[in-house]
Amino acid sequence: MSWYIAIGIITVGVILTLIRALKGPTPADRMVAVDSMTTITTALLVLLGLYFKRYIYLDIALVYAVLAFVATLAVARYMEGGL
Amino acid sequence: MILNVIGWFLVYFGAVFLFLGALGIVRFPDVYNRLQAGTKCTTLGAFSAIIGVGILHPAWLAKTFIIALFILLTNPISSHALGRASYRSGVKLWEKSVVDKCKEFAECVEERNE
Repeated sequence: MSWYIAIGIITVGVILTLIRALKGPTPADRMVAVDSMTTITTALLVLLGLYFKRYIYLDIALVYAVLAFVATLAVARYMEGGL
Repeated sequence: MILNVIGWFLVYFGAVFLFLGALGIVRFPDVYNRLQAGTKCTTLGAFSAIIGVGILHPAWLAKTFIIALFILLTNPISSHALGRASYRSGVKLWEKSVVDKCKEFAECVEERNE
């Protein structure tokens, strides 16, 4: 039962950041929302890995965190005008 | 038993912080306010939740510690890059913001050069 509450709270967080990413007025708003959404999704993947008892979810979370970091840096560089 | 209690406490602490960070992203008025709410809350929340999972299942502690350390190192870097990029791409501050240290610093450098 308590698993459902913890995973539900984090899923509501993902949905809230998705709302801001869909309606943000400037591109910077959308990118800030997507950056936070990737961090929240990493924590959600680790929790789901313990819920389903699958060790492979930790690898997925690690690769997802690395790729999200590189993507955020690339988009920030592009918004700055240096790419 | 005591490890179970500590692990659940960390998981719920992290979940509530992640939710509050997402709420701040929706409710705050400005790019910079949203950046502050989003990145600080999600750094602490993700760190706490992932370490809590590692304490609940001690065989996974090494890999969860690696993931948490990676988030702790890279999230401030990406938030700093996003803030600098949004300032240089010309996003205005909120009209009730009172201090702009970046502008003051640019004026100070200009005066020194003249």
